[in-house]
Amino acid sequence: MNDKKKLPETLGEELSRRGMSRRSFLKFCTAVASAMALPASMAPVMAEALARARRQSVIWLSFQECTGCVESITRSYAPSIESLIFDFISLDYQHTLQAAAGHQVEEAREIAMKENWGKYLVVVDGSIPLKDDGVYSTVAGETNLQTLKHVAEGAAAIITVGTCAAFGGLPKANPNPTGAAAVQDIITDKPIINVPGCPPIPEVMTGVIANFLTFGDLPPVDHLKRPLAFFGDSIHDRCYRRTFYDQGKFAKSFDDEGARNGWCLYELGCKGPTTYNACATVKWNQGLTFPIQSGHGCIGCSEPDFWDKGSFYAPLSTGQWGSAEGIAAAAVAGAAVGIGVAAMSRAKQKKTSEQG
Amino acid sequence: MDLLEFARGPAMQWSLIILVFGIAWRLFGIIFLKRKKDLAEPRQTGVLGGAVKTIFSRSVPARAFWSRVMYSNIVGYVFHIGLAIVVFAFLPHILWFESILGFQWPALPTSVITLVAVITLASMVALLVKRLTHPVLRRISNFDDYFSWLVTIVPLLTGMMAFTHTGFGMRYETVLAIHILSVEFLFIWLPFGKLGHSFLVFLSRGTTGALFARRGART
Repeated sequence: MNDKKKLPETLGEELSRRGMSRRSFLKFCTAVASAMALPASMAPVMAEALARARRQSVIWLSFQECTGCVESITRSYAPSIESLIFDFISLDYQHTLQAAAGHQVEEAREIAMKENWGKYLVVVDGSIPLKDDGVYSTVAGETNLQTLKHVAEGAAAIITVGTCAAFGGLPKANPNPTGAAAVQDIITDKPIINVPGCPPIPEVMTGVIANFLTFGDLPPVDHLKRPLAFFGDSIHDRCYRRTFYDQGKFAKSFDDEGARNGWCLYELGCKGPTTYNACATVKWNQGLTFPIQSGHGCIGCSEPDFWDKGSFYAPLSTGQWGSAEGIAAAAVAGAAVGIGVAAMSRAKQKKTSEQG
Repeated sequence: MDLLEFARGPAMQWSLIILVFGIAWRLFGIIFLKRKKDLAEPRQTGVLGGAVKTIFSRSVPARAFWSRVMYSNIVGYVFHIGLAIVVFAFLPHILWFESILGFQWPALPTSVITLVAVITLASMVALLVKRLTHPVLRRISNFDDYFSWLVTIVPLLTGMMAFTHTGFGMRYETVLAIHILSVEFLFIWLPFGKLGHSFLVFLSRGTTGALFARRGART
């Protein structure tokens, strides 16, 4: 249509159109650079690069998921630079957010792939079922596995959003009825970055995309392919309740004096010491709070198989096996062996004394 | 399954099974051993009292030996009491016991535990130095003595590393897993090496006491 407004070519143009001052933009870049542990001198570089960056085609694939990740990201506090970033990127395919439906959507995806072959970003939320040829989750007659393999082929990089896409998440929880797998279990020849969490923190997502637009590459990652800037420290390391852990002051129930005094939640099963994420620093709801601050221990949702690591309310120092029957059986067996060995010894002694 | 899950799951279960199996084996094996019949006339009848008395009296060395054994005794006591405090008065450990026994007891402040752990560690090093430098002690020491020392100090060291988040490049969960695995190795080794004294000491001391009482020796 002729009256269709021309989309801005670069982020700089988009920001001007929206009346965003350079000062505010620089502030955003400084915040992102700081959050990603980049030197302060990188902020103007990032601003420069982002202002010149062209619209990035993004294809968002939703597989076995609950849409909580999308909820988390779209409900990041608005109006914000995050929403600008999402306006700026060309989100060419996203089930929840797209207006179109049916075959038109699938066609739009194919067109976007063709036009941006080798350059588009793929964002995945949800795990991929592999059991029984992946029949447990299909979209437009295609299994998730087929879609992922097809779309990943022309991708510049893949960003997994949420623990399901990053590590299999809840669908993979024992007994894993659908044979759910993570993206990295299937795609091995593309750069992948994992942004796990149930759901993940919106600002982490923004940071990763800003990094990609600025440097044309994914940021440094840890051994689980999570961006180091956000997943470099454990929740426990950065927790404001850490001092109570060091002092040995622990809440023993959710409503005792310790809990009211804000003491450490270790005894109530907090998994902060073994969980890496930015909840304790970036926080949620406009930096207002995070689960531990609200009185509940960390459940370790950004770690692989967090659902199968025992009760959320069992302290980290406790064992993870079911029952102690084996130990009781061991006591009986040990006693039997001990008596048996003593009996053999007695028989031998008797024989020796008879011979002597 | 990652290393920490392995340590907290199957490794912990199997090490406890081996620990309990080994202790039962050794205890019953020793209790039911045949003892030579003592044909001599007993000097006194209260052998049980002698057994109990010896258990306590041998906890303090005889005055005649003080100059020779005081160092080992005092440092030994520091080590044993320190280890008991670290094991039984540190909250994460108490929570572990609670998960098996079903009840818990008050913990000591973490700063106290840290101080005790450092003292315990130092006492273990002091005991090793004594063993290595004392000519007689060195000659009567065998692999079991040194290995049991190592099996005991590693959990203490790794526990302090885990608590203080000192990993020397390793992540916290790896250090924690190594700490738990080192304790599990201690469980496995305990019934079969010299660490077996932890459950045999009072049995053997009581047996000696009963024998002494029967023969009229000082208990």
